[in-house]
Amino acid sequence: MADVVWRSHGRTRRSTRTVRVTVSAVITGAVVLAVLLVPPLVRLDQQAVDLALKLRPPSFEHPFGTDDVGRDLLLRCVYGLRVSLLVGVVAALVATVIGTAVGAAAAAFGGWTDRLVMRLVDTFSSVPHLLLGIFVVAMFRPGVWPVIVSVALTHWLSTARIVRSEVLSLRSRPYVDAAISGGASRWRVTVRHLLPAVLPQAGLAAVLMVPHAMWHESALSFLGLGLPAHQASLGNLVQTARGSLLAGDWWPTLFPGLFLIVPTLAVAGLAGAWRERINPRRRSELML
Amino acid sequence: MLELHAITAGYDPRAPVFHGASLTIAPGEAVGLLGPSGCGKSTLARVAALLHRPDAGRVVVDGTEVRRWRHRAPRELRTAIGVVFQQPRTSADPRLRLRDLIAEPLRATGRGDLAAGRVAELAAAVGLTDDLLGRRPHEVSDGQLQRACLARALVLRPRWLVCDEMTAMLDASTTAALVAVVEAYRRERGAGLLVVGHDRVLLERWCDRTEEWADRVRTP
Repeated sequence: MADVVWRSHGRTRRSTRTVRVTVSAVITGAVVLAVLLVPPLVRLDQQAVDLALKLRPPSFEHPFGTDDVGRDLLLRCVYGLRVSLLVGVVAALVATVIGTAVGAAAAAFGGWTDRLVMRLVDTFSSVPHLLLGIFVVAMFRPGVWPVIVSVALTHWLSTARIVRSEVLSLRSRPYVDAAISGGASRWRVTVRHLLPAVLPQAGLAAVLMVPHAMWHESALSFLGLGLPAHQASLGNLVQTARGSLLAGDWWPTLFPGLFLIVPTLAVAGLAGAWRERINPRRRSELML
Repeated sequence: MLELHAITAGYDPRAPVFHGASLTIAPGEAVGLLGPSGCGKSTLARVAALLHRPDAGRVVVDGTEVRRWRHRAPRELRTAIGVVFQQPRTSADPRLRLRDLIAEPLRATGRGDLAAGRVAELAAAVGLTDDLLGRRPHEVSDGQLQRACLARALVLRPRWLVCDEMTAMLDASTTAALVAVVEAYRRERGAGLLVVGHDRVLLERWCDRTEEWADRVRTP
C-alpha cells in the first residue's frame, strides 16, 4: 500500500499546460512587482531629457536604448506599463461591475426589463467598440480618467451577456423555488443564491478583460486621443517611436511593443488556466 | 383547508400539461396523489406550493384565494406551505453548509436570531449530526441532503407540507426515517400534507386518503 507507483508519473512529468501557467505567473508577478516597486525605489527621473544621448541603441547603461530626446527607454517602458496596467485593471473592474449588475438585473427581473436591456446591449454591440471608445474620449480633455471611462463603458456588454445567460439558467433551479417557498424576496434570491454562483465567471471575465483594456488604451493613445502625449504610456511610446523607426532605429518601437505583448499574453495564460478550472469541458476554446 | 379548484397548468398556455385538476386537503389530513411519471403531478404540487402560476383555476389557502405567485405571493402565504422536492442535489444551494441551508428561511424572513436553536432542534429530529451540519451539499449523501431539505421545509413551521416524490431517490431505511419525521410533525402541529408519488404501497400506508391522478383531472 505504501508505494504509490502511479503518483510518480505526475510528479516527474509536467504537462505543457503547467509550464505555461508557471511562466505566465512568473511574468505577471514580475510585471506587478516592477510597476509597484520601481517608481518609488529607483529614484530616477523618467522625464529627464538629455539631448546629447538621443536615440542611443541598447547599451550597458541604457539596456533598452534612449528615445529621441535622450530619455532612458527601460524606465519609460516601466512607467508606461504602470499607466497602461492601471487603466486596464480599473477599466476591467468597472466594466465587470456594470456588466454583472446589468446582466443579473435583466435576468432576475425578466419580462420587459430583460428585453429592453438586452436590445440596448445588442445595439451597443453592433457599433465597433473602438469607435464607441473614440466617441467617448473625444468628449473629454485627454487624461487617464476619460480613457478608463471610455474603455469601461464599451466593455461591459459581453459580461452582461455572460452573467445574464448564467443567471437565467440558475433561476429555474429547484433551490431557487425552495428559497422562494422559504419566504425569500427577489432581492434576497439574487444576492444570496444567484450572484455568488456567477461570481467566478464574472471574475474570469474581469481578468480576461485586463489585457484587452490595455490594448484599447494603447490604441487610443496611439491615435492621439488617449493620454496626453508627454505621459509615458505604452501607446504613446509606440506612437512617438514611429518617426525614428523609419530612420532605422528599431529599439524605441520594439521594447514598448514587447512590454505590451508579453504581459498581456501572461495574463491571458493565467486566465486560461482559471477558465479550465471553472469549466474543464471548454478546454478547446482556451487558447487566446 | 388547502383547496385546488379546476387547475389547468403547464409550461405553454397553448398546450397545458393537464386540465381541471381538483384536490382538497383538510388540516391534519395526509392526502396521497398517485400517478404515472410525466402526468403533471409535480406541476400540480408546484401550483399547490404557490411556485407555479396555473393557466386557469383557483387555489385557496385557509380561506384566502391566491392571486399572485412565486415571490409575488404574500410572504405569509408562501411560508405557510413547506415543500420538499424529489432531487435533494438540485434543491440545495451548493454554496451553503447544511446548517445555513436549514436556517436560510429563518434568515430570509428576518428571524435569523432563532436560527441556532431551531437548527439544533430539527437536526436532532431528522438525524443530522453536528459534523454533517458543517458540510456542504457535495460532501454528504443524497439521503443526508434530503434530511436537511426536509428540515429546511419545516423550519418555519408551515401549516401545510407538500412532498413531491420526497423519497424517490432514497433507500428504504431513510424513507422510513423521513416519513416518521413528517408524521411526527403532522401530529404535533396538525399540519395538512400533500404527498405526491408513484409508490402505491408507500402512499397507501402513509396517507389517510390516496387519490388517483386520473380521477382528479378532467380529460380534455
